[in-house]
Formats: sequence, structure tokens, C-alpha cells
Amino acid sequence: MNHGLLLKNLVLFSRLLRIVGLDVGPGQVIDLAAALEHVNIGRRDDFYFAARALFCHRRADLALFDLAFKLFWQSHRLAPLLMPVEPISALRPKRVRFPNASFREIPFDETAEEIKRAPQTERMILDVQQTYSAVEVLRQKDFEAYSWEEVQAAKQMLAQMTWRVGTRATRRKIPVRHGTHLDLRRVVRRNLKYGGEFLQLAWKQSKRKPRTLVVLCDISGSMERYTRMILHFVHTLSNGLEHVETFLFGTRLTRITRQLSRKDIDDAVGEVTKAVQDWGGGTRIGESIKEFNYRWLRRVARAGAVVLIISDGWDRGEVAILSREMERLQKSCFRLIWLNPLLGAPDYQPLTQGLRAALPYVDDFLPVHNLASLESLGRVLSRVEEARPARRGNFKFPKLGLSKAKDPES
Amino acid sequence: MLQSIDDVIRALEQHQYISDRGLATTIFLGLKLNKPLFLEGEAGVGKTQVAKTLAAILDARLIRLQCYEGLDVNTAVYEWNYSQQMLHIRLMEATGVGREEARREIFSPQFLLKRPLLQAIEDNLPRAPVLLIDEIDRSDEEFEAYLLELLSDWQITIPEIGTLKAAHAPVTVVTSNRTREIHDALKRRCLYHWIDFPNFEKEYRIVLTKVPDAPDRLAQQIVRFVQELRRMELYKMPGVAETLDWSAALVALDQQDLSENVVNETLGALLKYQDDVTKVQGAVARELVERVRKS
Repeated sequence: MNHGLLLKNLVLFSRLLRIVGLDVGPGQVIDLAAALEHVNIGRRDDFYFAARALFCHRRADLALFDLAFKLFWQSHRLAPLLMPVEPISALRPKRVRFPNASFREIPFDETAEEIKRAPQTERMILDVQQTYSAVEVLRQKDFEAYSWEEVQAAKQMLAQMTWRVGTRATRRKIPVRHGTHLDLRRVVRRNLKYGGEFLQLAWKQSKRKPRTLVVLCDISGSMERYTRMILHFVHTLSNGLEHVETFLFGTRLTRITRQLSRKDIDDAVGEVTKAVQDWGGGTRIGESIKEFNYRWLRRVARAGAVVLIISDGWDRGEVAILSREMERLQKSCFRLIWLNPLLGAPDYQPLTQGLRAALPYVDDFLPVHNLASLESLGRVLSRVEEARPARRGNFKFPKLGLSKAKDPES
Repeated sequence: MLQSIDDVIRALEQHQYISDRGLATTIFLGLKLNKPLFLEGEAGVGKTQVAKTLAAILDARLIRLQCYEGLDVNTAVYEWNYSQQMLHIRLMEATGVGREEARREIFSPQFLLKRPLLQAIEDNLPRAPVLLIDEIDRSDEEFEAYLLELLSDWQITIPEIGTLKAAHAPVTVVTSNRTREIHDALKRRCLYHWIDFPNFEKEYRIVLTKVPDAPDRLAQQIVRFVQELRRMELYKMPGVAETLDWSAALVALDQQDLSENVVNETLGALLKYQDDVTKVQGAVARELVERVRKS
């Protein structure tokens, strides 16, 4: 049996896992190689679960592992290993080449029969492209223009998105291979066998946890066109992340964290509808944020939370309250992000009184009008790491549309 | 000695803790059923003081564990004294002690540093101590999970030594300021009580008990003023602890009556946020002082 190629790939794969942060050593690679003797490597699932069982040690590893697995084992060069064609023993290094969109292995002595099959492959590629462009259209389409079918499709796409919020270092230490602090307990224990000479050191370092995400979502009349999709979005957020607190506001603030914890989206939205009494009414953003600050801030936004406010900024309340409470909120959280569905329109300018009062205290001002904007939000969230944005009250208006307004020549 | 709820109320009062029947009932049941008390409430309503007073009443040792994020077994339960261990290893090396024997010796109780939780279940205590686990909401979920085991079985396992079990379960008080929700599993093992801000009569008695130098009339005005403040929309309500601080401050300034000037100058003893201070200072304070002096 020639395991050379497979073993080499396993080592490369383990290296990739180490780079993305999993604690994987040569020991586990050897274990996996041994395990594959008992597993039908032709079945992708079996291989996946075997590798996952050996390489992942905590739940947080799983998402990283999945990503790395997809990336590594689906890249063309390595595909033959996972093709359900040959048992591992029949693997032999040979020169192969691949057509662009298929992972199929095509030997040099391509027969006429296979050439006949070629158009079929092409058609398949075409289908893929069609769905791809349909997806692309849906991604770019404004939520308010969705038909019922599109909402259903978008719901599915939302459900497939994975979310990750940046982490923070906790004060708890965990043992690691190479770290920042000496783990004295393990040092003493490990070096007993050397008679008290400290030959081997043991390390620990801060455990990292994802930050808490707090979502404050405007459900007043002016937001009505977006409320449905945004609720779906918030539901996927709270089911995909560990610590999410969700509040809705119009004229008053309602906490819907518990209602959203229901797995089924329609059940959850039903519960939310029952709990909220001010759908589609007026907005008092300042008073709502004040209520949040007074009643909830210290309870739900501990230890460097990320706060998302989803609103178009049409405010009928007092502007002074809004700006004072936004300042308090920004000072108490790690990052304050304002999502505005109207920001998707190319000529939109945040000129409402409310927004002008609030924006100086906002760290990021982002659009939330289509799926693509949610994806870019996902990227921002996952990049919230240690560095807090400089807050000197010099909020820069985003380039979207605004530069045009400021620059009369264009 | 504490045979009824009234006994508890009386005993607490003898030790200068003015309680109400709800709290006394919870304490009484906690002692009878041997269950931990879980006391929640705003800052400064006397949660921690319950444990201190209980220790005084029962004439027991008070063991306090202040919680914070990242609190782990090494600081809450036990730790090995590494520097001593290292020295000892060197010593044994010089005298030529065998490896197995050395291992046994340096992991003996002699090198064990006992942290609060281990101290609380040690079996050489003459009577059950009072264990105060203060501000549990500051700790993280991991520590909460650890407590679950301890609070139900009252035993601690040290791998190198074995399992230690408490001879008498400690009288346990867990407090929380509710800066986050504590997991139901932990609360389920405890008797829960929410300590509210006291009403006028109760707070007045507390001030008279704790600040005996305060003139009657001043004490009344102080308490009325604070009760009025709590009715306002403040970012941080003044607790009983603040009332007592303020009373002591006014007594130190030789005041007989509340006056607008002194109130403005000493508001810092009551209110801890600048927004709240600016809200009350001036017109509001004047009006409150007038109202309080009239009644």
C-alpha cells in the first residue's frame, strides 16, 4: 500500500489547522493515519468525522475545522483523494489534469466515450452559473423589493450564513503548548522525574471568548419594509452565536432574547409578535436607548460587548436625549455599530436630526438593505478584535453617496 | 437558639441588622434546611452584611470569597505552594531520597495552600463556618459550574490527596448585584431572596441604629430625602449604604437640619454619577429640602 501521498496531505492539512489556531500535533496525524485503516476513505463523511474527532478539542474548533476542511480538501490538487473511485490501496501517483469546474480525474488516455459525455459536463457548469447568478441577484436586491418566494430563498441563504464575533481575552488561563505565562503546577509535576531540575516548562495563556452581541432594532413605521427580513436576520444571529441579547424598540423597548431562542424561525417571530405592542408606530430612539442604558446596559453588555443599532434614524423624540444616551452607550461598550437600511441607496445622506445627533458616537455606520450588506457586516463583526477604534468624536461620513454630495463637481 | 422566624428577626436586630419578615424567613429556612441563601438586590442594600451578621449571631468564623472574572480553582479552592515544593525537592535531592517517596512528600497537605472554599469545608473546624460567596455575578460561567458541585455535595477532590468532605455543611450566603443573570441551575440549589430598598420606617430605624449620633429630626429628613430621590429617574439609585454614609457625613458637619447648601456640597456621598448629581443639584435639591423640612 502506498500511503505516501495521503500522509503528505494529512501533514499539510494538520499544518493548515495549526495555522488557523487548532492545537494539532504530529501525534494526532499519526492517530488519524491509523484510524483511516479502519475507515472507508472513499466516503467523504467518514473521513471528515474521523479527522474532526481527532483534530478538534472544543466546540469553538468545529467552525474553524469545517472551514479548513472545505478549503483544503476541495482544492483541485487534492481532490482525487476524496473521490469515491478508488480504495486507498489503489492510489498511485500519476499525472492528472482537471477541467475547470469539475473535480473529476481525467486520465491521459481519454476515451471517445468520455469526450461524448463532455457537453453534459458543460451543461452542468452552465446550471451552476445560472444558480450562481440568481443567488447574486438576490444578494444585491434590496430587501424591500423582495417577493414572497425571494423571502423564502433569502431565509434559506441566511440560515446558511455562519457568524462569528471577534473574541476578547478573558482572565481565565488555559494550558497551551507555547504561551505567555508559566503554568507552575504543571512545571513542578512534569519535572519531578528529573529530580527537581526544571528541564521542561509548561505554559498557559488567556482563554478567549466571543464577545457579547447586543442588538437594538427599530420596528417603527418607517422601518416596516425592512422589519421582516431584519427579524429573520436577527434570529439567525441569535441562533448562530453564543451570547446575543436582542431588543426591539419603537416608542418603547422590548427584550426579545428569550422569544428568539426558539429554533424555528416562524415560531420565534410569532412569539415576538405577541410580545411587542408598538409595531409600526412612531420612534423615540433617544428614549428607547435611555431605557436600555438605565435598565439593561449593566446587565447584558458586560465585558466589552459589541452593540448593533438597526434603525433609519427617523426620530420623533428629543435630540438632546439621543445624543447624551448615545455617548453613554458608546462609552460602555466595546464597539457601537449603526446599521441603516437607507444607506443602501446611492444618493442617501444621513441628514435627519436624530442621525446627526447620534453619528458622532457611532464607531461604524453600515448599510443593511440586502444580503450582500449582511455579509459585509459579518466581516466587520469577525474582525472586532483587541484594537478598539480611536474615538475622538471625529466621525467620518462613509463614502457611499456622501462624497458626491460634498463634492459639487461630480 | 434560633427556633422561630421571630428569633431570627430579634437576633439580627441585636446585631444591628434591621431586617424584614421575608428575609428573616429565608434565613431561618436556610439554617433549618441547610441550604445556601442566594441574595440578590441593588448595590448597597445590605446583602453582604447579612453574612457578616449571621457569623456574629452564630459565633462562627466568616470565610469570604470575593468573586471576579477568571476566578479559578487555584484561587478559590487550593493551590500547591510551588516555591516551597521546589526548595524541598532540592533538599531531598541532597539527602538522596527516592523518587516515589519524594513525589509523595511534596504533594502532602504540608504544601497545600488552602483557599476560602477549601477552608470552609475543612473538617477540623469546631462548628460550621459562614461562607460568603460575594458578588457571584462578577465571576464567569466556568466558576459558577464549579460551585454547582460544591454546593450540593460539600466535597472537594484534590487529585493528589483525595476527596475532602465537610463535617458540617457551612452556612452559605451567595450575593449578586445582578449585573448578569446567574444560571438557573445554581439558583435552584439555593433559597432565593430579593432584597429591595427599605421603606421609610425601616430605613429610619437603620439610620438610628447605625448612626446613633444622628439627631432624630435630621435622621428623618435624611431618610425622607433619600426616599424621594429613589422615586426620581436616576442612573444609579442611592442604596442604604449611601444613606448611612451621608448621615455620617452630615453628623460630622454638625448639621441639625437639612439645608440646600449642605445638601449640594455633600451630594457626592449619595450619588455616584455626574449626570445624576447635575440633575439633582440646585433647583431639585431646593425643592426636596423644602418638602422634607415641612413634613
